[in-house]
Amino acid sequence: MVTGYGPVERLVRLWLPVGFFLVLALFPFYWMAITSLKPNFELYSRRAMPLIVHNPTLKHYIDLLTETSFLTWTWNTMLVAVVSTAISLILGVMLAYPLARMRFAGAGLIAMTVAAIYLVPQPLLFIPLADLINRLGLGNTLTAVILTYPTMLVPFCAWLLLGYFKTVPMELEEAARIDGASRLQTMRRIFLPLCTPGFVSAGIFAFTLSQNEFLYALIFLTKSAVRTVPVGVIAELIRGDVFYWGQLMAGALLGSIPVAIIYSFFVEHYVAGLTSGSVKG
Amino acid sequence: MSVRSEPLLRAARPARRTTALGVWLDRQSVFSWLMMAPPLLFLAALVGYPFCYGILLSLQDRPVAHTGTFIGLKNFATNFNDPIFWRVALNTFVYTAVATLLKMVGGLALALAMNQQFPLKNLMRALMLLPFIVPTVLSTVAWMWILDPAFSVLNWLLVAVGVPKPGPSWLGNPMLAMLSIIMINAWRGLPFYGITLLAGLQTVPPELYEAATIDGASGWQRFRYVTLPLLQPIILIVTLFSVIFTFADFQLVYVLTHGGPQNATQLFATYAFDIAMGAGQLGLGASVALAMLPALALLIVALTIYLRRE
Repeated sequence: MVTGYGPVERLVRLWLPVGFFLVLALFPFYWMAITSLKPNFELYSRRAMPLIVHNPTLKHYIDLLTETSFLTWTWNTMLVAVVSTAISLILGVMLAYPLARMRFAGAGLIAMTVAAIYLVPQPLLFIPLADLINRLGLGNTLTAVILTYPTMLVPFCAWLLLGYFKTVPMELEEAARIDGASRLQTMRRIFLPLCTPGFVSAGIFAFTLSQNEFLYALIFLTKSAVRTVPVGVIAELIRGDVFYWGQLMAGALLGSIPVAIIYSFFVEHYVAGLTSGSVKG
Repeated sequence: MSVRSEPLLRAARPARRTTALGVWLDRQSVFSWLMMAPPLLFLAALVGYPFCYGILLSLQDRPVAHTGTFIGLKNFATNFNDPIFWRVALNTFVYTAVATLLKMVGGLALALAMNQQFPLKNLMRALMLLPFIVPTVLSTVAWMWILDPAFSVLNWLLVAVGVPKPGPSWLGNPMLAMLSIIMINAWRGLPFYGITLLAGLQTVPPELYEAATIDGASGWQRFRYVTLPLLQPIILIVTLFSVIFTFADFQLVYVLTHGGPQNATQLFATYAFDIAMGAGQLGLGASVALAMLPALALLIVALTIYLRRE
């Protein structure tokens, strides 16, 4: 739609705003990266020009990996994210398939309930959940977060998949039914293999959401050996009033990389998932 | 098994399932409820039960590691007479309103800027989304250092353009601390708005703009009378989503200011956390968290109905 503008107008209409938003979006990450590479004397110097690194060093990374349990936290974060995403996808399909394909009394009510639960924010539930987790004896176990993350991920996956399932044509399933397949067989053998893009979208989203989760992890995981990256970084690299800025930034950067890599492979799926809920219809 | 051609589904059914159990399991309602039972039980146990238990807790005096005693609405009365509680309520509303407005206006600007043809557009879009992808706590740590009282790079830039040294104390001044958390929340949520609205913009048929141009509409008029009305449903949904999650925000404030200075950035979620986890008053904390419910319930019902109508 925008064609035929001169270079000046193109600069004002396109490059200035795009450049502004790009710098705004990326500057904190640039800052994270260069801070993590600065030696302490440069970090806390009031004279050195702060926007570039004068004496790059990997000391903060080495300290982070050798003096803290950062690798354990990374492993915990990955494990929790993968398992809770898998659980959420499976339970999400079990909710979404009947809602998308079957006619039964109460379907509308269930769909509304699932949407409403997706919108219930964690701060409304964390106090009773903390008590429940304690009573179950699950404090300081990864099971505590693997069980509680799906409470937000299942409704989310179900909702996203429901939208996707409705776009899949029904002819193949009808043909399978005519050939004598049961409903379960039709779903597992015919329908689900058609839905891989939907699973990828929901899976990526659920994965980034569980990497981002902080409140439950902060409450349920208070020992270093079971912490996730966000909680570990906040709880162990800030001791009282002492901030280990170099290590904090190294940890923040390393902690962001897995999500960023996975995201970069599936950007299109991610955007599709992001926009599917609101743009359709 | 035989294949019949007509009338398709109904005719095939008796031939397919021979046992009574098989026939029963293949009924739509039976199949659906059996399939949905595990996820529904899971949600009932870990969302429904805690929700009800939270209401019960809010009616109790319940120090951590003790049994609770029922005290009726006393916790809510305590909150009602607590000036900090009202401060928290005001903070939460200001935070939600201003941050949402910023995200809406900024997101629309981002979407309009990105809705042009230029090289590396997909790469730019991917990069723009990074603030939304990276775990909030980790990007907030970077912001904390950007706003550091002694070594703030923002103040270094401000001093370089003439602001008197040492520059503003971003997290030490109550007003500026609130401004800081609002800006960072907007920074993180803006790409969500922008990319969603961009997807909406791309569904606007170009003929509409051509027709408007032929009718003599200016650029602003095309935006006001073609783009905005078509985007309105998307803006509404994204805004409701954003309001719900901004209203109940926790991690950004917890990491950046812990609610300080002097509760200037304390929100419902962080205040409930302080009371329940810090002071160990589970009952009182639950009542603070539940104070979010009326506003949240209204928003959730509105959004759920809107999503269903689609």
